[in-house]
Amino acid sequence: MSSDMTGAGATRSASHFVASVEDAPIDSVDAVKLDEKPSNLWIDAWRDLRTRPMFWISLGLILLILTVALLPTLFTQTDPRACDLANSLAGPGPGAPLGYTKQGCDIYSRIIDGTSTSLSVGLIVILLTTVTGVLFGALAGFFGGFVDTVFMRLGDIFFSIPYILAAVVIMSVFSENRNIVVIALAIGVFAWPTTARVLRSEVLRVKNADYIMAAEATGLSKMGILLKHVLPNSIAPVIVVTTLSLGAAITAEATLSFLGVGLPPQDYMSWGNEISAAQRDLRTDPQTLIYPSIALTLTVLSFILLGEALRDALDPKARALR
Amino acid sequence: MLYYIGRRLLQAIPVLLGTTFIIYFMVFAMPGDPLLGLFGDKAPNPALLARLQEQYALDQPFFVQYLNYLGNLVQGNFGISFSGQPVNDILARTFPVTLKLAVIAIFIEMVLALTIGLISGLRKGGIFDATALVVSLLLISVPIFVLCFVGQFFFAVQLGWFSPTVGSDTSFGKLLLPAIVLSLFVVATAIRLTRASVIETANADFVRTAYSKGLSRRRVVPVHILRNSLIPVTTQLGADFGLLIVGATVTEGIFNVPGVGNTLYQAVIRGERPTVVSFVTVMVLLYLVVNILIDLLYAVLDPRIRYVK
Repeated sequence: MSSDMTGAGATRSASHFVASVEDAPIDSVDAVKLDEKPSNLWIDAWRDLRTRPMFWISLGLILLILTVALLPTLFTQTDPRACDLANSLAGPGPGAPLGYTKQGCDIYSRIIDGTSTSLSVGLIVILLTTVTGVLFGALAGFFGGFVDTVFMRLGDIFFSIPYILAAVVIMSVFSENRNIVVIALAIGVFAWPTTARVLRSEVLRVKNADYIMAAEATGLSKMGILLKHVLPNSIAPVIVVTTLSLGAAITAEATLSFLGVGLPPQDYMSWGNEISAAQRDLRTDPQTLIYPSIALTLTVLSFILLGEALRDALDPKARALR
Repeated sequence: MLYYIGRRLLQAIPVLLGTTFIIYFMVFAMPGDPLLGLFGDKAPNPALLARLQEQYALDQPFFVQYLNYLGNLVQGNFGISFSGQPVNDILARTFPVTLKLAVIAIFIEMVLALTIGLISGLRKGGIFDATALVVSLLLISVPIFVLCFVGQFFFAVQLGWFSPTVGSDTSFGKLLLPAIVLSLFVVATAIRLTRASVIETANADFVRTAYSKGLSRRRVVPVHILRNSLIPVTTQLGADFGLLIVGATVTEGIFNVPGVGNTLYQAVIRGERPTVVSFVTVMVLLYLVVNILIDLLYAVLDPRIRYVK
């Protein structure tokens, strides 16, 4: 339905109900164009994506963040752990463009150094949730029946526990040996049902398609059909959810660190730890809190923008509502 | 309808059993003897310690403890916290505060989402729409604790409109600032949903019919477009309500609201096992009930949906 028919004064006119033969010759409609490159969901999505400024902006930001995480020395030579109490809460100065923390550490170099922690936690979390979610969602949707009931009830159990609280409890269990993998596990264990649900409903839709029946008729095994035909055709929404939940996972890591049950601040540089340490000085020196918050928000925003762009490109129905 | 409710409630039982088991197991695995905390830095009296261990059944194996707990739970008894207070009392004291906070937040969210979503949807692609999109994406990206601090810093410290923390006085005026922050945290999704729903309804045949009958825009927009766009938004607001009564831990902590989330977080940190397990159980129960209510609300709002099976 087109949107130009909405207004009170919109008019409609149609001289033909069917396109005239001059406009659309019969052979042009039915002809199979052999010389044209075959198109599929991914090629269409790419054609759509490359016209979107939002996609390029978010991609650029993500590449920049990745570079910061992998090569922090390109951006700062200051040692983030070399702190001088004489500089406590001092404003911007040479070598410290954003000023100093209460401990007299350079805020800028600490933000740069915290990037890799946030990104590694986020990536391990989505690796975990995607693998578990795809496994459970695909099997539940494809085989249905008993498998479906068991897997989805299991998902409900994990889904109905508020996952920040669950993560706080898990981090308390591991209070002696907290590291990047433990915190990623604490976040990921309760976050996978979202992926599983999204994939399951998509698999349910895809498995009734005619080409699945055709594949069955050729004698392909059940697993073969699932891996070769069902999964590739239902994975698109999972990619969107994964991109969006990478942002959510980075936020979760910062929240746990902020709550004091995250990565130990003496061993790990993390934005959440920086914000947590700065909260007591909020009234007098908001800059110690604002800058790490901006870094965190910008990172999450770039993944959310990428996820939104991917959703619009991969889901034509969402495009219609734009 | 009754059959549907019954079936949903029955399905909730295994989920509730599973969640209590997982939480009980995790809390059981927390290191350190929680009772030692009661003695402060003094060496515990062995006889008293043994007596306390017996009282809280901590000398029993895990499964006995868990089954005991379940038995009490069925009778509506949530046990006694290590500080000697019945958990039922703690719940009765903290829950109304969280509920009040959530109700105010959802009301603000509703007003914002409907106004902004409606204008964006009707003027799709305009400046207002573009601004609303940018602001909602930003709001989705800002972590809740940053939002809390920014709100606290600007509105309480700089402008002095609100008091920065709540404390024991949980009046409307004190809860307003945390409620605004909470509503901003969830409003973005609701705005975008309202907008999408308004766009879809504005293109529907009955809207075109209404215009061609000669009805004015002033009548068509609220009665035909807005009312019919409300269904997905209402369910989203319901889901957010469920989220807020279980998930306001960070906000309640920063604004020092004596609610469920704050109390639960303190209990986890202090290793207060009975409180943690019971609070999470109540939250999961609430979450399940809210979800069933949302699905029922769907059927009430949209006569096309009927639960036959």
